[in-house]
Amino acid sequence: MKVKVKFFAFLRERVGTGEITKEINEGSTVADLWATLKKDYPKLAPVEMRLLYAVNRNYVNPDYALKESDEVVFVPPVSGG
Amino acid sequence: MFRVIREPIDLKELVTYVTDPSAGAIATFIGTTRNNNEGRRVIALDYEAYPEMAEKELARLGAEAKQRWNIQRMAIVHRIGPVQITEPSVIIAVSAAHRDDAFQACRFAIEEIKKSVPIWKKEVFEGGEVWIGTQSGQRLPRR
Repeated sequence: MKVKVKFFAFLRERVGTGEITKEINEGSTVADLWATLKKDYPKLAPVEMRLLYAVNRNYVNPDYALKESDEVVFVPPVSGG
Repeated sequence: MFRVIREPIDLKELVTYVTDPSAGAIATFIGTTRNNNEGRRVIALDYEAYPEMAEKELARLGAEAKQRWNIQRMAIVHRIGPVQITEPSVIIAVSAAHRDDAFQACRFAIEEIKKSVPIWKKEVFEGGEVWIGTQSGQRLPRR
């Protein structure tokens, strides 16, 4: 199945693009997806900051099971204001 | 009114929005770009957002403020893109019957924005640039 992944700020610069479509296995969790992306984009591998995970514009836990066409965002430390 | 915009923020527009006949107080907060940070000479702040979710999170924290304090109306507008020294990056306006509720809800809103709303600032300083917050850990938003 396919999911959409959007990258912002620090992660967008590391990946070099703001949005990708990614083919993943059925039943993959958000944490599984992050592990896969770290292999696809070696520049993500050293990212040790604490990330939040958002699916379809809601914060979710890392064990959230993804579904077809979900919009996933890995949220680096926010710094608005 | 909960918005993320690219243009300069109009304080008057927010105050007009929260003006209410039953309100005896309007509190406002204006976050501005400062010319220095941790010993660096700051040139500008460059903000980026996940706009759809940021507006949703702003509305969520507005609803939470409404549950916790006796307030009439709230408006939050956050600017993205480059924000020059002295310019506002965020403005909050809250109306309430009494000033305590207005002040507290306003304070709550800015603190929550810094914790859970997907907006990021890159500091452009003399000699480089840095995404603020990427060097340290992050607290999880309350759920």
